[in-house]
Amino acid sequence: MKVSVVKNILAANDRIAQENRAIFDEKNLLVFNLMSSPGAGKTSLLEKTIVALKDHLNMGVIEGDIQSSQDAERIAETGAPAVQINTGGACHLDGNMIRDTFHEFDFDALDLLVVENVGNLVCPAEFKVGEDFKVMILSVTEGEDKPAKYPLMFHESKVLLINKIDLLPYVDCSVERIREESLKVNPDLTIFEISCKTGEGLDAWCDWLKGEMKAKA
Amino acid sequence: MHEMSIAQSLLDVVKEEMEKNNATTLKSVLVHVGQLSAIVPESLSFCFEIMTSGTELEGAKLNMEVIPLTGNCRGCGQTFEIKDYAFECPFCDGTDIETLSGQELSIVEMEVD
Repeated sequence: MKVSVVKNILAANDRIAQENRAIFDEKNLLVFNLMSSPGAGKTSLLEKTIVALKDHLNMGVIEGDIQSSQDAERIAETGAPAVQINTGGACHLDGNMIRDTFHEFDFDALDLLVVENVGNLVCPAEFKVGEDFKVMILSVTEGEDKPAKYPLMFHESKVLLINKIDLLPYVDCSVERIREESLKVNPDLTIFEISCKTGEGLDAWCDWLKGEMKAKA
Repeated sequence: MHEMSIAQSLLDVVKEEMEKNNATTLKSVLVHVGQLSAIVPESLSFCFEIMTSGTELEGAKLNMEVIPLTGNCRGCGQTFEIKDYAFECPFCDGTDIETLSGQELSIVEMEVD
């Protein structure tokens, strides 16, 4: 006999992500999932953002890496609370993994929580963790063809930060082309051009983040 | 990607539904795989075979339908297939597109005894 089912296969993770979201909403926490290739500048962006916004809001970070606690240590140096997840091999974070870190934070003392995902342009885009939105970074050394090659991540993100613009004189990269290609895959994308190294463009990003906090409150 | 863990999740749902329907044999299961879901049907099929081999579900067929990415333009109201992941209306060049299909990863139907 035929049995009609119609069930989402990823329902289990989606359910956990929703439960996480309910906790975040109860604590009035804004949460974003930060994704990029390895080395594009996720941790650097957070270091700069935490320092720039320290008089405006309290940030906490859940760090995801296959091995090593170096990123959590870097965040801790800024004074913000950071908890490191070592996946051991898993190439992305899921709702279950981040839920296991909640007891290590005092959510009442935080306004903004960032999940710094494992460096990977493929898998993190597929798995919700309970975030309000996704932010991704593409650095100018990675190439203008990435939006066409990795459409899901660009499509799922609310914000794209084009990083390392200080290196533009040394690479064959058109920021205009990155913009065009990204907006084809996601016309609603908000795009910032930044350099974590020189600080260029970071004010606009921080102002945008403050705006999101106000909108959530 | 992650076809192995997805095959596992798929089998969890299958077993749950079989219990609900007092079924003992699985003949086939139909899955919709959306174009944007980044799942490779051949890999999923392979993982399904590995995971059912040696179990009471061995021999069950996994049938998959790839669902194309389609959208509706909120500007002009036209529905169209989204080619090359370009979310632009081919009729009016508008970019306010509602995705109608292509993001699914779901079990649709099972054939059991």
